Amino acid sequence: MAKKFDIQYYFSEGFHSIFTHGFMSFAAVCMIVACLLIMGSFTLVAVNLDNMLGDLEAENEFLAYVDESYTEEQARDIKSQIEAIPNVSQVTFVTRAEAMDDFRAGRENNELLADLPDEVLRDRFRIHVQDIKQLKATSEQVQKITGVADVNAAYDIAQGFVLVRNIATGVAAVLVAMLAVVSLFIIANTIKLAFFYRREEIAIMKMCGATNSFIRWPFIVEGMLLGLTGALVAFLLQWAVYELVGRAVIQSNGLSLLTILPFQSMIVHILPVFIGAGLFIGVVGSVLAIRKFLQV
Amino acid sequence: MIRFIDVYKEYDNGTKALKGIDLRIDDGEFVFLVGPSGSGKSTIIKLITGEIALTQGKLMVNGYSLNNISPRQVPLMRRTLGIIFQDFRLIDKKTVYENLAFAMRAIGASSRDLKRRIPYVLQLVGLDQKADRYPGQLSGGEQQRVAIARALVNNPNMIIADEPTGNLDPSRSLEIMMLLERINELGTTVLVVTHEKNLVNRFAKRVVAIEEGRIISDETGGYYNGEKI
Repeated sequence: MAKKFDIQYYFSEGFHSIFTHGFMSFAAVCMIVACLLIMGSFTLVAVNLDNMLGDLEAENEFLAYVDESYTEEQARDIKSQIEAIPNVSQVTFVTRAEAMDDFRAGRENNELLADLPDEVLRDRFRIHVQDIKQLKATSEQVQKITGVADVNAAYDIAQGFVLVRNIATGVAAVLVAMLAVVSLFIIANTIKLAFFYRREEIAIMKMCGATNSFIRWPFIVEGMLLGLTGALVAFLLQWAVYELVGRAVIQSNGLSLLTILPFQSMIVHILPVFIGAGLFIGVVGSVLAIRKFLQV
Repeated sequence: MIRFIDVYKEYDNGTKALKGIDLRIDDGEFVFLVGPSGSGKSTIIKLITGEIALTQGKLMVNGYSLNNISPRQVPLMRRTLGIIFQDFRLIDKKTVYENLAFAMRAIGASSRDLKRRIPYVLQLVGLDQKADRYPGQLSGGEQQRVAIARALVNNPNMIIADEPTGNLDPSRSLEIMMLLERINELGTTVLVVTHEKNLVNRFAKRVVAIEEGRIISDETGGYYNGEKI
């Protein structure tokens, strides 16, 4: 009895076909690897920035400096006004003496600071906000209060993080789209070559009454195998690159403040996405390539 | 069974290849289709195999109406036909056995089917001793026998041979024609397209002559006179 779906046949045909035009297969795998690596790298940068943004939100506070002409009592009176502003969750008053002590802490060896009078600093409020995204608006409201000389909000840092993350996401999206098109094109050409190489066999199969799906499957399997190979190679390379960059960031002085998420914790997300994307490129590429060949 | 009813075929470039063909080939018949180059013989074959669509008229092939056949049914219709070409069209890098196996695999036959059917068919065409040879190691006549075996291996209702002896010398041609006759005697319908009148005249078979897209004679036990036609 005739078998409807001979998976063993499709796999053996598809597998052998990869090696009959090894260079194109190699090029196709390389393109998929490049595509996935770039996609993965930008995504990992974005994920890490998101994570750091989260850390930043945990310390979602800014300082409001009190006018120097105000006495400590006058300054304390402003507190209630600040607390009345929406999005402010907590307000702490810090005297200039406390601020100087904080500043000196950890800098005991610096003799210049020892002689510095407290008066160089101002009384200040340490203000916590609920939503860091409204940090700027909140700090501007605080600034308008009479008696507040200046605010020192880290919203430029927060915004910098958001900006870098958005750029990373945007660049990744554009690059991935471009590379995906190029990968599809190369996969499609690889499969077209495989098809061309076997065109006589295919003509004979059709003459014998092979169905289109029977003819199509080995090529789809070939595309799938190329996509899968590309995905696995890209995954391992991504891991290596991530570890190297992560180590470099931690060891460098300037960037050591940044926290890097461990790669192992993300494998569960990265591996399926890589495999899925690789398979998608492989299957769509081969379907595109053989679609027009199979019309009667 | 094949039935052409007032079939016209006009190609996209305006060539009117068939101009009202009426033809009926019943199961078990042996028919020669003869005519000069460009008379429409190839068009008739291509219509039967579903390679091209007709412009006007009706065409039935082994129970399938080719006027409104769906693309999914075309492969099933082709399984009722075994096709043989002038240039053999064997796969050079596969052995004789593998060429036959390939044709059976193409329609989803199992390994058990292959083992049962292929030796029988190879014996029928007289190549059971050469199953492991490659086409390049065989003579032209032997290669055409492999092609005939491949056409038979899926047990079609009908064999269509398009100029099967065009590449062979006269004695090999005669052998091939006798083999086709034998296959016909075993119950398979055979349609042979040819323009070799000497060969046709050696067999007292039905001869359908076509010229300029029209059937000009259709006689059983017919005699093909190239000059007269």
